[in-house]
Amino acid sequence: MPAPLVDASAPTRSAGSEARRRELLGALARVLSGEAILADSEATAPFECDALSAYRVRPLVVVLPRTDEEVAGVLAACRALGTPVVARGAGTGLSGGALPHAEGVTLSLARLNRILAVDPVACTATVQAGVRNLAISDAAAPHGLYYAPDPSSQLACSIGGNVAENSGGVHCLKYGLTLHNVLGVRGYTIDGERIEFGGQALDTPGLDLLSIVVGSEGMLAVVTEVTVRLLPRPEVARCILASFATVEAAGRAVAEVIAAGIIPAGLELMDRPMVGAAERFVHAGYDLDAAAILLCESDGTATEVDAEIARITKLLTDCGATRIEASRDEAERLRFWSGRKNAFAASGQLSPDYMCMDSTIPRRRLAEMLRAIEGMQARYGLTCVNVFHAGDGNLHPLILFNANDADELRRCEAFGADILETSVRLGGTISGEHGVGIEKLNSMCVQFSPAEREQMFRIKRAFDPAELLNPGKVIPTLHRCAEYGKMHVHRGVSAFPDLPRF
Amino acid sequence: MPAPHPHLDFLSEAIATARAARRPVAIRGGGTKDFYGGPVAGDTLDVRPLSGITSYEPTELVITALAGTPLAEVESVLAGGGQHLAFEPPRYGAGGTVGGMVAAGLSGPARARAGCVRDHVLGVTLINGRGEFGTFGGQVMKNVAGYDVSRLLAGSLGVLGVLCEVSLKVVPRPVASVTLVRSFDESGALSLLNTLHRRPLPLGASAWYDGGLYLRLEGSEPAVAAGCAALGGDRLDDTQAAAWWAGLRDQTQPFFAAPGPDLWRLSLPPTAPAIPLAGGQLIEWGGALRWWRTDAPAEDVRRRATVLGGHATRFRGARPVRDPFTPLPEPLRRVHRELKKAFDPDHILNPGRLYPEF
Repeated sequence: MPAPLVDASAPTRSAGSEARRRELLGALARVLSGEAILADSEATAPFECDALSAYRVRPLVVVLPRTDEEVAGVLAACRALGTPVVARGAGTGLSGGALPHAEGVTLSLARLNRILAVDPVACTATVQAGVRNLAISDAAAPHGLYYAPDPSSQLACSIGGNVAENSGGVHCLKYGLTLHNVLGVRGYTIDGERIEFGGQALDTPGLDLLSIVVGSEGMLAVVTEVTVRLLPRPEVARCILASFATVEAAGRAVAEVIAAGIIPAGLELMDRPMVGAAERFVHAGYDLDAAAILLCESDGTATEVDAEIARITKLLTDCGATRIEASRDEAERLRFWSGRKNAFAASGQLSPDYMCMDSTIPRRRLAEMLRAIEGMQARYGLTCVNVFHAGDGNLHPLILFNANDADELRRCEAFGADILETSVRLGGTISGEHGVGIEKLNSMCVQFSPAEREQMFRIKRAFDPAELLNPGKVIPTLHRCAEYGKMHVHRGVSAFPDLPRF
Repeated sequence: MPAPHPHLDFLSEAIATARAARRPVAIRGGGTKDFYGGPVAGDTLDVRPLSGITSYEPTELVITALAGTPLAEVESVLAGGGQHLAFEPPRYGAGGTVGGMVAAGLSGPARARAGCVRDHVLGVTLINGRGEFGTFGGQVMKNVAGYDVSRLLAGSLGVLGVLCEVSLKVVPRPVASVTLVRSFDESGALSLLNTLHRRPLPLGASAWYDGGLYLRLEGSEPAVAAGCAALGGDRLDDTQAAAWWAGLRDQTQPFFAAPGPDLWRLSLPPTAPAIPLAGGQLIEWGGALRWWRTDAPAEDVRRRATVLGGHATRFRGARPVRDPFTPLPEPLRRVHRELKKAFDPDHILNPGRLYPEF
């Protein structure tokens, strides 16, 4: 576990702040039963971080409402007292989006965990925000339906958290991100007023606010209920496992598959160090001699899948695959995936700690990016292994380090920032699916100009004028960017490189 | 990387001048959707000189074009790469631009399966009402850095910013496409449509009109063949089929084009029952989109849509109306007002196009 970067020890409170705390507890007690309010430091300790455990802050209070009315009451109370509110789902986020505020309330939505309706005719499910991602597909399964986005934490992560982060998964090239699979969300403004974005129809009058609320990391409103679109479960899925002698060859093979008009259900690339770690960990049957392996999945009806698997096999072979096999049954398909699905855990075996990056780059820049990372390994004296959602350009370099070594932690952070900056320079983005949270605040200074960041602040204030919802996340202040000292870099293919930015 | 475009300076200066003089601008591309939305009193700001495809790499599944680029040019370049805009943007005439397509946010027959314009927007560069340039989103499929401002611009009808450049996700054209026709009355068609989307069929588009249910199956050859066998019906020949869907997409077929009562667009949950309105109806999107030619009072049409969980737009008519869209409830209305202020504090961008108050 990395050492806390933020001091989590209980702060000594001034008389004024103690009075405010008592006033807050009094106000919360009027809307919640006592057991739904956690105020002593032992009880709030489990909430001091999300899955980005290097950052920890002990919240002033944690509340666990059971109903929408209680959520509204908590928000109204916090608004009246000017208290920050950090909404929290399952706490599986990787960017510190649910990191508590030391003077704020952590609003856990975990108890809002009911599946309200599964409509097999409309192919929708309406569920409370705390329902787990996989639980939606389980509830839809008797109707032959499922919820498509599958972040790797889908067993534990909540749909409310998925909405906050606009989560992806290994199938999003074909099936889209959370936004593409959500019809509408309901929740509350910071004033505790009920508000709905999207709905049961395919569009709504006015601006498309759903598209900005999804992915807003709990900074615009608190979502308590989500209506998702369900899809018919494909009849069959098969997966190809292919080895390549160079990363470049694997990258070219990916481009050839897309150029042939095929959108695979999943398309993943792992580099040699990652393949080695995964193979030692789960014995998936990966080729240890390969410089890179590709996993390529096809789904649909049996005839359709067999035809597509044959086409992909030929394309990959023509692109120089040194070894190739297609899964013959479900057990084999799951075995092929087992190494990829356990990539993070396998990296945990290589080193005491790892930091998972999440940038996206135009796919054609992959080899360039991996070469840059190789150079960084030497520069920062740390090892990095790579998994890549090759279909959509989302890269997950895992930097291996020891958090108990302060210098390694510092070098690891610099390594990560370098990867993000390089991704922006190559025409990509600092986060593909994990969100900005607290982790990538500094890198936002590199991706966005001051005017662009100010526009985002103005959007936030349009929803939350007092800036109480998850303050301090996602958008860095001018001051912070000035301290970070790195200028906004123009994206690789920016159309207007010479325009004055404000 | 294209050189800075002279028209960009013109646009930002025009916004600065408009702001200083408090004189609104009416942003315009090809004007093919002038009828859509409320009337704007302002000086016309023509975006068309800002034209050209910035980048297109078929294997990246992304195209980037300046906002004034003709939609026809984008579609023809994509066709050359074996790709298309999956949401089939309506054209409503020649000369439409890609910026106008995004700003209007309208999608065609394929929307129920392929997603809408917003789903395919990956990034935009815009000028806000302060005259500031901003780039949001990018040219990659997955991007969660900051608020997704680029998608918010889809369907914003120019009230938040002048679009300068857009990046869109593109996909391969389906290999095979077959259109089947079967006879059904309205409720029979709706019942069948409501069973189809939960079956793993390659249903690319559907429409019901005048007793005929049109189903377009598209995808790989084996999937389309299996779908045809499962559904049955008369197969339209390919020319007829293409003409039918184009007439629907571009609203050139008589239901839309003939003179007559106002055209209303009702966006409803697909499971909403048949609606008893006076006039003629055409159904798309598996039941989720119902077009009506009707003289029924606006309040009546709106009430019926709202009760069923949707909304109604006075899409096209003999005379422009100030309030074509369903009014917003609080607190959504307040958020809209505040967002307008966040982008365009002096209300100089397309005032009145979306709602009379901004």
